[in-house]
This record gives sequence, C-alpha cells and structure tokens, in this order.
Amino acid sequence: MKQYGGVIKPKTKRAKRFLDNRAPKLTENVKNAMIMKGGNTSMTVTQALKDIYALKKPSAVLYKKKNIARPFEDSTSLEFFSKKTDSSLFLFGSHNKKRPNNLIFGRLFDFHVLDMIELGIEKYNSLSDIKSSKCPEGTKPMLVFAGDAFDHENEHKRLKSLLTDFFRGPVVPSVRLAGLEHVLHFTALEGKIYMRSYRSLLKKSGCRTPRIELEEIGPSFDFILRRTHLASDDLYKTAHKQPKALKPKKKKNISHDTFGTKFGRLHMQKQDLAKLQTRKMKGLRKRRGPAAAAVVAGETSLKTTEVE
Amino acid sequence: MAACSIEDVLAKAEQDEAEKLRSITVQKELDLEFDIGNLVAYDKNRIDIRQFREQKKDDFLRSLARDNTQLLINEIWKHPTERVEEVIVVKLPEPTTALPREKPPPKPRPPTKWEEFAKLKGIQKKKKTNLVWDDVAKNELHRLRNIARAQKIKVPGVGLTPTAQQSTTDLSRAVNVAKVSTASAGKFQDRLPKEKAPRNTGKKRKFQPVIGNFSSEKQRQLDLLKVMDSKKPRLDVNKAVNKQMREDDREESAAKFRKGGKKGRKGGNFSGKGKGGKGKGGGGKGRAGGKGQGPPGGKKGAGKR
Repeated sequence: MKQYGGVIKPKTKRAKRFLDNRAPKLTENVKNAMIMKGGNTSMTVTQALKDIYALKKPSAVLYKKKNIARPFEDSTSLEFFSKKTDSSLFLFGSHNKKRPNNLIFGRLFDFHVLDMIELGIEKYNSLSDIKSSKCPEGTKPMLVFAGDAFDHENEHKRLKSLLTDFFRGPVVPSVRLAGLEHVLHFTALEGKIYMRSYRSLLKKSGCRTPRIELEEIGPSFDFILRRTHLASDDLYKTAHKQPKALKPKKKKNISHDTFGTKFGRLHMQKQDLAKLQTRKMKGLRKRRGPAAAAVVAGETSLKTTEVE
Repeated sequence: MAACSIEDVLAKAEQDEAEKLRSITVQKELDLEFDIGNLVAYDKNRIDIRQFREQKKDDFLRSLARDNTQLLINEIWKHPTERVEEVIVVKLPEPTTALPREKPPPKPRPPTKWEEFAKLKGIQKKKKTNLVWDDVAKNELHRLRNIARAQKIKVPGVGLTPTAQQSTTDLSRAVNVAKVSTASAGKFQDRLPKEKAPRNTGKKRKFQPVIGNFSSEKQRQLDLLKVMDSKKPRLDVNKAVNKQMREDDREESAAKFRKGGKKGRKGGNFSGKGKGGKGKGGGGKGRAGGKGQGPPGGKKGAGKR
C-alpha cells in the first residue's frame, strides 16, 4: 500500500488513479507547462504567450489573469501553481520600462525552481501575421540548434537544454514518417537568439530520402538573453539521477567487438575428442567378409616379405 | 568500340546517381550531432556574420534551416521503418540528451505486513502455472491404470520390466520392443541366424477396401440387418453388470487404500474403525448405483468387444 504523503488520502479508485498519475514514477509523463502573465503586459507579450501556448497545446495551461509576482525574487507562488497543475515548466511574460517584452522560461524539479532564463523579445511575428496553413496540434516538432554559442557558452548550453525540454513533446518509440512536419530552428548569433518555426514539405527526390522544402508558419522571435538563474551543480546532478531500474540489463556471456561483431560464450563440459559422435559414412566403414579377409591377408603377406 | 561504350555507360550511371543524391546532400564543415530519440540536431558550425548581414535575415535563416533540416531528415531515414496499419512508421532509438527529471525517482515502498511475515518465516513466492487438469484425460488415465492393475503389467513398458518367471512370449515381446527402439526404428538391426521375423507387426486394424468384393459386402450388410432385426439382445446384461460392479469395487478399494495410507499413519486407533464403517456404507451405495447404471455401462463394454 502506497503512503500518500499529501493532504488527501484517496477514497475512490478514480482519485487513486489521479494521484498515482501525479506521483513520482520510473518513466515520467510529458512535462506540463504553465503560461502566465505578470503585473503588467503589452500586446506583444500576450500575443506571444498565446502563440507559444498554441505550439505546446495539449500539455500546457494558459492563465488568463495577471499574477503580480516576480519570479527572480520570490518563486513561492510559481511553486504553488506548479503543485496545483502538476506542471514542471513555466513561461512568465511581463512588460515594464526597464525590461520591455520580457519572457521568462523556467523549469522545476520536485516543485522547486531549477533553472530560469529571461529572454527579451526584440522582434516578433505572430502566428496570425504569417498567412499559411499551419501544422496540426500536437505534432512532435523537430528541433535544430545552430551556432557555436550553443556549444561554448554555459548559459547558452542551459538554454539549449531548457528549450529542448520545453518544446520536445512526448517521448515516443516511433514516429509516422509523413507526420514529420514541424521544425523549430534556433540560431545563436551575436548574443541574440533567433527562433523560427517552419513547416517541412517532403518532396520527391531520386532516392528514398525525400528532399526538404521549408515554409515559414508559426511565430518568429528575435530574442536577447537577459538575466539567468541557473541551478547549482549538485541540484542539477540530483535532478538528472535516473532510477536504477531504468538502466538496460547487461546480458551475461555476450561481448561486442570493436567492429560491432557480437560474441557469445558457451560453457561446455570436458569432451573426449576421440569418442565424438560424427556422421557415419557407410562406404568408409570397415567391411567384414571375404573382401576384408583378402585385404588383411595381403597386408600380412607384405609384412612377412619385408621381414625376410 | 565496345570498351568505350562500357565506360560511357558506367560514367553515365555514376552521373545519374550523383544527380539523384545532389538534391539531398548538404555540404557542411562540421558534421551535425543528432539525438534522433528527441528529433534534435545540433549544428556547431560557425555562422558567417557577413553573409548574414548581406542577405535578408529571414532568407539566410531559412536557407540555414533548410540545410540543417535536410541533414536531420537524412539521419532519420537511416533508421529502420515498419508498417503499422497502412502507415509507414520509423522506429526511434532512445533519447541521448540527458534532461532533468520533473520529480525525484520513486522511493521503494515499505514492506507490507504480509511481506514482513513472509520474510521472517522464509516463505517464498511460488508461481502457479496456468496448466489445468483435463477431465477427459483423467478418465483415460484411470482406465489404463485399472487395466494395468488387472493384468499385472506395469504401465510404462511392454515386457521391459523383468519379473521372476518370464514366458517365451514375454521375452520375445521384450526383444521386439528393444529392437524397434533405435533411432531408425529398427530398420538396420541385424537378426540372429535362426531368428524369425516378429509377428503381429503392421496395421493394428484392417479396413476393407472401398471398392472390393461386392458380394461379400452385400452379405455383410445383410447380416448386420438380420442381427438388428432379431429380438434377442446382443449383449449379455448379467455379464455387463457384473463387470461394472467389479470395476466400481476396485476403484473404491483403491480410494480407501489411498486414504487409509495417508491418514492411517497419523490417526491411530479410532480412524481405523471409522474407516471400516464408512467403507461398508460406501460399498452398499456403490453397488446400488452400479445396478442402476448396469445397462448403459454394459452397452459400452459390448461395443468395445
């Protein structure tokens, strides 16, 4: 019987299922995102939040009302909301004179803030500005990160990890080939981050792999990196700890070569090689009868002549 | 000349291949890194800032995105595909980028009261197989056991278990069985010089040919009709009933013996008396039941004859 540490102990099966869904598991659910507005917001920010909500549709909640909170100073209200909606990602939009058109992307671990990165919107084209047919909701997008900043700079590395976490969608074992439509492309250049969203058209090429043509659909942002609040190294390490049960089991007596050849090991008892059972070739068997006797006689006569 | 034309053909083929691949190849300084489990590609190449400024930003970004997406799609297409309900689906590997979990891994639950008790007592979990006892097979098994017990033959082998006095027939039967139990079913077994071929081999039941002697077939059918017509019963009711009763008695005594064997050790004095009383009552019931069942049971026996 599991101990339900929370306030509520389930009395119905439905409640129990609900609480089990939210409990810590071996393989986790898709991360939910909560999208909220700060004390003061501009048209760009509200539109941007709506667009990102559309991108993340089934696993996101969009709050309509304004929340007067400052994530960088006090994150208690964020943590309270995350517990209520079981979300571990958040997007907080605000606008003031000092930081115009501000978006804070963040994630939580165990309902406490892990990372927070503040991005300012410099240029923005919304979904409705770009007239083209959109991808269906819930398609797993392909993500591309371009630019060496994503590899060299610490803050950009965290941003890359956070954006992957935010936009990747559910982890699936297989994907329909025709459904690989949505591409999100992030470019880090000169301290700015350009986010573009395209729809990929798979065209016929001579061979099996199709040729790609891109058509811009979704929102396009020109971000500038502002403040960051990154988790300490040990908290980051604890967050990455995977339970032992998920580790792939090692099969005994199987080893792999450098070339990728698979080798197995068999343990046999000791065999007397002289008494091995091999195929019987009837023609090669020793013949009993006149023919054999003649051969034997011939051999013995040879031997006697030699002695002489 | 022939040699020239072959070279031409090969060159043309190579050109065609290159054309085909040209549409999907992308030239990059550094290869991209892929995490196909998450459908992510990482492009670490340096971006030419001058080119970026010359062109319109969007166009530059779009061409860069197209190239990177093409490489990602090429990589995805390398993975195995399968067909699931008229849809072609690609099997993705496990994701390689380490992303933080949302909650800490689950803690092992404290053992329940039963689990603790089992550990204390050393009780192990035994898995039940899903094999079920077949009722029809049970009857067959009992019938064979009775036959074996009646004729004092051990069930597994015919003449394979040596008894004190073995007749020639028993021995010859044993020898024949031993001869046939080789890998080639006794086909290559040599016989002793004066040994005769074993009798009663071949088909155990002989069927009449479908189109054979018409007169004999007609005779057989007429005889059958005559028997069915006659008022005299074909089966001997007395004999059948006695046979059934004997079988019932035997089964009952076997059951009593088994029960007596198991409980007699522990029970002691009183159980024996109880057993005796119960047995008598059971015998009476069984006999009455046997009488009632006589005709149907008997008919079964007659059919087998």
